[in-house]
Amino acid sequence: MSTPATVIVGDERTEVVVEDLRRTQIVMYAGAGGDFNPLHTDEPFATRVAGHPTVMSHGMLVMGLAGQVLADWFGTANVRRYRARFQSPTWPGDTLTVTARVDELRTEGGEHLAELTLTTTNQDGRAVLGGSATVVTAGEAT
Amino acid sequence: MTQRSFPIERGHVLAFARALGAEPDPGGAVPPTFPIAYAHFDPDWPLRMRPGRPWQGSGAGPGGGGAGGGGLHAEQEFTYFRPLRVGETLVPSKRDGRTWSKEGRSGVLDFTERHTDFHDADGELVARATAVTVRTRPAGGAA
Repeated sequence: MSTPATVIVGDERTEVVVEDLRRTQIVMYAGAGGDFNPLHTDEPFATRVAGHPTVMSHGMLVMGLAGQVLADWFGTANVRRYRARFQSPTWPGDTLTVTARVDELRTEGGEHLAELTLTTTNQDGRAVLGGSATVVTAGEAT
Repeated sequence: MTQRSFPIERGHVLAFARALGAEPDPGGAVPPTFPIAYAHFDPDWPLRMRPGRPWQGSGAGPGGGGAGGGGLHAEQEFTYFRPLRVGETLVPSKRDGRTWSKEGRSGVLDFTERHTDFHDADGELVARATAVTVRTRPAGGAA
């Protein structure tokens, strides 16, 4: 079990979770996640049938990548809730930067919890995924 | 109907973590979005090829038709009542959540929430996955 982090309201962490997203990573995600919609992995289908510029990343790949910030900061086992809103598509070649920020600290059932907001933007500054999370912390910094 | 099950397998968690550019948690916890991969074990999941059934992906031609049609994935949430661990087998059950509508630029947006509850071997609720999908209909049209 990972040790919970000590945080205060306003603490934030920013990470580049993927740089120049490769089609191979999208294929790896399709295989592991089980979403084989050809929109995500099949260039002739994506371009000629769906009319997209190329294959589109799974939104769930972006949510998974953004969730790595929570795992890195608080430890995977301390994530209690993680929600995301899909705002814009992510494409091969994109670089995604995630910022997680502590909005609120509270205690529930003797456990210290933090509420966080997540924002994910691409290399053009466009928001691709917004989110929120509840994590277990070590309590307030003194 | 046979009981659904979601075995949390080490190799599956490894492949999922690597797809996210990470390595599996040494303590055996699973990535926060891992329950989505229940799709592999879900008998009703439409987005995989099945022997003898039509598939929409390209072959000799560019493909088309077939699977999908479930609306756009707008939001997703995972709630954990305790951490999930490699080696355990969960029992998933699906149920409908809320539905709501709002006016969008190109018509009315109809939102549908669907929950998957995951119980452990002792029957305890350990995790929940909630998907929100959206479909657009022209203003004034029927749902």
